[in-house]
Amino acid sequence: MLWEEFNKSDAVENIIRILKEYKKRITIMEVCGTHTMAIAKFGIKSILPKNIRLISGPGCPVCVTPVEIIDEIIKLSKIKDVIITTYGDMIKVPGSNSDESLERRKAEGADIRVVYSPMDALEIAKKNSDKEIVFIGIGFETTAPNSAVAVETAINEEIKNFSLFSIHKRVEPVLRHIINMDNFEVNGFLCPGNVAVIIGEEGFEFLVKEYKIPSVICGFEAGDIIYSIYRLSEMIKNNTPFLENEYIRAVKKKGNEKAKAAIDNYFEFCDDLWRGIGFIKNSGYKLKNEYSDFDATKKFSIELKTCDYTGLCRCGDVIKGKIEPFECEFFSRICTPENPLGPCMVSSEGACASEYKYSRMR
Amino acid sequence: MDDIITLAHGSGGKKTSQLIEEMFLPYFDNEELSKLNDGAILNGFDKIVFSTDSFVVRPFFFPGGDIGKLSVCGTVNDICMCGGEPKYLSISLIIEEGFKTENLKRIIESISKTADECNVKIVTGDTKVVERGKGDGIYINTTGIGYLKYDFLDKNRIEDGDMVIVSGNVGDHGVAVMAAREEVFESMNLVSDCMPLHELSKVILEYGNNIKILRDPTRGGIATTLNEFIEGTEIGIELFEESIPISEEVNKACEILGIDPLYSANEGKIVAVVSKNVANKVVNTLKKIKGGEKAAIIGKVTSKVKQRVVLKTSIGGTRILTKLSGSQLPRIC
Repeated sequence: MLWEEFNKSDAVENIIRILKEYKKRITIMEVCGTHTMAIAKFGIKSILPKNIRLISGPGCPVCVTPVEIIDEIIKLSKIKDVIITTYGDMIKVPGSNSDESLERRKAEGADIRVVYSPMDALEIAKKNSDKEIVFIGIGFETTAPNSAVAVETAINEEIKNFSLFSIHKRVEPVLRHIINMDNFEVNGFLCPGNVAVIIGEEGFEFLVKEYKIPSVICGFEAGDIIYSIYRLSEMIKNNTPFLENEYIRAVKKKGNEKAKAAIDNYFEFCDDLWRGIGFIKNSGYKLKNEYSDFDATKKFSIELKTCDYTGLCRCGDVIKGKIEPFECEFFSRICTPENPLGPCMVSSEGACASEYKYSRMR
Repeated sequence: MDDIITLAHGSGGKKTSQLIEEMFLPYFDNEELSKLNDGAILNGFDKIVFSTDSFVVRPFFFPGGDIGKLSVCGTVNDICMCGGEPKYLSISLIIEEGFKTENLKRIIESISKTADECNVKIVTGDTKVVERGKGDGIYINTTGIGYLKYDFLDKNRIEDGDMVIVSGNVGDHGVAVMAAREEVFESMNLVSDCMPLHELSKVILEYGNNIKILRDPTRGGIATTLNEFIEGTEIGIELFEESIPISEEVNKACEILGIDPLYSANEGKIVAVVSKNVANKVVNTLKKIKGGEKAAIIGKVTSKVKQRVVLKTSIGGTRILTKLSGSQLPRIC
């Protein structure tokens, strides 16, 4: 499907009309935070029939980062001569002490810099040889290859004052975990096109082969998303689950071999903690032991917890698809983007932030 | 003139005099300023428009402008948006020790050129030099006054059926500065829209009290400005996504950065609410003027959506546009 052809309002109207003819209640989980935002941005929920329910999954990397990790990063920012480099989304997330965040630490004098890629962090390292530069490696298979390449470059160029705090996560184990939870009610998955660019169609085949759940690898334009919802609805209605690649313009069967090799060369799987979800076997990426000189957890003796503290926040229920953001008793009352209680409201791609920003008219 | 600014240039002594005589007077000279009084005595006002703004942009020089041009445009534009004709400006400079004189000269030249362009005199000013590390290169404050020429602008006059107009592509300044700051998107043609709005506002205001309100949508972008228009009223605004002019480059950069052009700053655009009967005429007039070529009607005032700005998306969906919350930050994936 070429989205340029599809992204026309008459085609959209046609599909909406067909969708409206379905009477069955259908629940679709968009795994990725970028999809959550795109759905809100294009007002897709406002044109879908009421029987089609879209819920957000665990695909916003900021949202699934445990508060203990945020605390560790805040602690790092208090060490003399350490420069924290991070993607912008991490800046506002509060730690377990809600008065603390990287934004707050920056205002207090810590050297915290927003970067667009870990290569920018390496440049900062080159220019500040008397400082230790830590890059907060967050994200799924989409951003992990960049972190791997940064470590490779640091090794090749002997940039010794650079380290990676890897909190990269894997999509497959968390999806398996969610599917195996009690009361799992999702009828179909909108799979993240950006992750699939790296891991390929084959990275999502297990959803259909093992669990028989209709799944579509989906791009990020309005046309991509509506068409994918339409295809999922058809599969659900006809009980013909298969994996469709709607994002064919970017996703290959085997993905990006070079990026996968970069991940394999530098990372190994580790058991990892997911905010609001728990500890999941083999769900994270940590640097291999031979690269421990570039591993911030080793360099700064960071001890990673295995049990998650969530406090009052119900972000965990949101990213497991158990509740929609507006069903949380704190949503838009005491939890707002200016005063976020949890990461789903902090992250620009969080389900609660998206609901708050775009959809409060319902 | 020394090649860098030192604390001595802000001491109030000989070096300060040298800075004023060699750097400022040649560019800003006029009969009020040349008296070098503590303040300027100005004649001829009945009702005046008075506005002030401070400029702390990084980098100082960006595609399409610099901190000097911006500091004149910012205050001139604020006066124009109130229905005023700007006449006089003050310039206050806070310079960090070590700042290159060469860069200061470029900034002063730019201030001078922009002030001339909008027929505004710089009649008073101040310079302070702060120790290295206590500033960020240069900060500029400008204060301006002008005649109140059009006294009918008032957001309380906005009513059901009025139309919303923008004078050109939105989001240019915010994206251009962000790109220049991070040295990304070098190959893309991202240029700030920084320009004085005296000509564009004049032709709009000639439509008299059919014009309800004007605003230059700077920080927070057009989404925030439109929310300010309807705050405390019983009406709302419906915007048509497909009609909002956004350049292809800005759209692409926003997609990559994960920011929304409707919240990105503009420094050379007007958003106006006007009566329905003049909306097309105003747009056609703007299109004939430099900087107004991409003018468009982008929405309408309606009491159907009370106290909300609602965007009709290109696929027929709707979403709410609230005020900008915090600052826009680049996203992860």
